[in-house]
Formats: sequence, structure tokens, C-alpha cells
Amino acid sequence: MLETIIEAFSKAIGLILSGDPEILSIAFRSICISGFATLLSCIWGLPIAIIIGLSSFRGKRLVRSFFNAMLGIPTVALGLILYLLLSKSGPLGIFRLLYTPLGISIGQALLITPILVSFAGSALESTDVDIRDLAKTLGASNIQTNFKIIDEAIWGITLSIIASFNRAFAELGIAMMIGGNIRYATRVLTTSIALETARGEIAFSIALGLILMAVVFSITFLINFLRRG
Amino acid sequence: MVNSLQIIGIEKIYDGIKVLESISLDIVTGIVISLVGVNGSGKTTLLRIISGLEIPTKGSILSKNSKLRAQDLRQISTMVFQKSVMFNENVYDNIAFGLKIRGFTKEEIDEKVSKALDLVQLNGFENRKAKKLSGGEQQRVALARAFVIEPEILLLDEPTANLDPSNAIVIERVIKDLGERNSCIIILATHNLHQARRLSNEIVHMHSGRILEIADPEQFFKHPSTTITKKFINGDLQF
Repeated sequence: MLETIIEAFSKAIGLILSGDPEILSIAFRSICISGFATLLSCIWGLPIAIIIGLSSFRGKRLVRSFFNAMLGIPTVALGLILYLLLSKSGPLGIFRLLYTPLGISIGQALLITPILVSFAGSALESTDVDIRDLAKTLGASNIQTNFKIIDEAIWGITLSIIASFNRAFAELGIAMMIGGNIRYATRVLTTSIALETARGEIAFSIALGLILMAVVFSITFLINFLRRG
Repeated sequence: MVNSLQIIGIEKIYDGIKVLESISLDIVTGIVISLVGVNGSGKTTLLRIISGLEIPTKGSILSKNSKLRAQDLRQISTMVFQKSVMFNENVYDNIAFGLKIRGFTKEEIDEKVSKALDLVQLNGFENRKAKKLSGGEQQRVALARAFVIEPEILLLDEPTANLDPSNAIVIERVIKDLGERNSCIIILATHNLHQARRLSNEIVHMHSGRILEIADPEQFFKHPSTTITKKFINGDLQF
């Protein structure tokens, strides 16, 4: 068994080093789809996180609890709901998003929004009290104070974006159910790994898995490196 | 320019608990006032109200017969907190923050920051990460950051608490210098009676949210007018 794994690993590394076009196109597609999903979730999630993190309003605890509860939503459950909504006969069927990269991006964006809102909101809230008082006592207006708090929490917010991207990049349920794992169209790293493993193409699966982990680790290391710098 | 400050009938209630009651004070520019009292006597709350960070439940603060709102107070005062809070930036940017907000030019900011660092004896610290400094150095940066904007009211909440003597001496010297310039009102909350005696022109003894005694240091220590103040000075006050 160990020999088989070692052989599969060496084959996998050979596939990566040879620049196998299919592997590269799957990896590139995965990065684009999950990157766009992260961008979408930032567009609607960051304003929500800023409101939760920087202001007090009636029902704030309820809103925060909702996003915290949504952190644990199973990707297949969300995938199923989106499938029903986006399928031809579903209420959003007219947009023809099922089995498209954009459909996967939207699904992933919905999946990672709670991560972004909860983590970025917490980063802002934990920065808030002392920095708010300090900025105000140095004469900052409310807007200047809020910008200063966001500035102070920027690494926490960045980490929440990275965590969100990593979650989208590594999820399987939505990519499989909304994307349908169509070759050269919606096949991404995770769906491809599932398929190739089922087909017994272990070396191909390992190659894809190595790329998946390499991307996740590289981004995280890069961010940590920049933070230290 | 605020030449004097009238604090009239300030009261503050938190969650149904009265933490300040009937606080009235007349303060003129150029004097250093020390607020002394045991923990929970309301010193910090009073400073936060004067700084505009808290709004009193009752009462008002006037200058030249016009009422100052919290946002007015925030423009003319600044506060140094007991636990120094640093922005996640270098020392220069920490001190420059209030100056940038007020629209000073880069050259002016450079000059003022340099002078401020000189005064707190932290020359050459401009590029050091503020959060990596020792507690005493951070408190000196906090003090420089406060006086560099030339506030009309400087509020200091236990600025030397938990500091080693060498840092405390530097901070006390700066407070004394600022006090001697007669350019602003300085209100210092402290547990340290010796420090209050050394630095202030007037000592205010607070107890359970009320002012018990206001006197110059000599009068305060030699002839305290209330039993509680006597006990407080002698260290006999149970709390």
C-alpha cells in the first residue's frame, strides 16, 4: 500500500512539473471561481461586518447570532437549496446559472459570507473600545474614528477574507451540485479530486490535492509574511 | 481659548447606580488639579465626562457662560488613559495622529513630533513599533501624543500607575513643565498623594461619587476639613 502511495505521489509530482494542461486549467478555473466568490462576498459581507462591528442597533445580537449559526451550514445542504432555486423550473431558473462557473461563484459566496461577516465583525468589535476612545479624545470625528478602527483591524479583516477564500476553494458540495463537474467548463479541483479518486486515478487526484493545498498554504503564508514585514 | 471651566451639578448614573453626584468645580487655565480618592470614587468617570467621552446624566460644563457639548469638549481636551493604548503603528505616526486630523503640514508635524519626543526623552524612537515599547515608554508616548496637539484641557488618568520610578519621574517632570507654562488646564487623577502634593495647585478629594474637599496642597494635608479626608490622608480609610 505504501509503495502504491509513494508511486502515486511521484507520478503526481511528475504531472505537476510537466505542466499538464488539464491540471493547470482546473487549478486556474478553481482560483478564478473562488476568487470571484470571495469578491462577491466582500461586496455584501464587509459592509454588514462593518455595521455589526462598529455600530449598536436594535437586534444586533440576533443578526450576529444568525451569521454565527450559519457558519456551520453543510455545503451540500446549501448546494441542494441553491440547486432547487436555480434549476430550470425553480424560481431563479430564468437566470440560467445552474451548471455555470458564475452559479458556483454565487453559491460559494453565500457559503462564505457568514465566515467573512463573523470574523471581520469580531475583528472590528475587539479593536473597537480602546481605539475608539483614543481616536475621539485626540479630536477625531465619528467618521475618522471609524476609519481608524477599520485601519487598526485591517489584519483581522484580511485574515477573514483569506479564511473565506480558503473555505470556498476547498468546498465540494456546491461546486458539485451547482457546477455539475463538467469537463472544461465547471470542473474545479475538489470535484475533480472526487471524480478521479472514484475512477481510481489516484496519482491525478494527489496532483490536484497537492495543488489545492499549495494554493491555500501559499496565500496564508504570503499574508503572514506581509504582516510581519 | 478656554480660560476657565465651570462644572455644574454633574451626575452620572450607570445601570441605576449613581457613580457621580452633584459634582461642581471651577477651574482656571494654568493650574494643575489633582483628583484623589479611593478606587470607585468616580475620578475616571469625571475625567471621561470632561473629555467628552461620556455624557453626564445631569449637569453641564460651561466655558465663558456657554454650555460645552461632548463634541465641543472632545475638540478642546485630550485624555491620557491609565492603561496606555497605542495605535498599531510606529511612534511617529502615533504622535502625529492628532496633528494630521488638525491639518498640520508634514514639516510642522515633523517639528512638533520631534519636540514632543525630546520632552519625554524618547528621541530616536520615531520608527519603533509603539506596541513593542515597554509600559513606561508607551505611557510617555501617550503623554507626548496628548500634549503635542496643545489641548486646552489635558486629562491624565493615573498616568504613572504601575510604572517604575524612572519612567514616573519623566512623566511627572513633563506634567510639571506643562503646568508651569500656564497654557492649559491640567486635571490629574491619582492615587498617589505624594504625587498630588508635588504636582498640583489644588487637590480635590472624591469619595463615593461626591467631592468631599477642595483645597491647596498645604491646606489639604495640614488641615483636612472632613474625617474621611483625614482618614484617607493617613491611609486609614477602609474601602
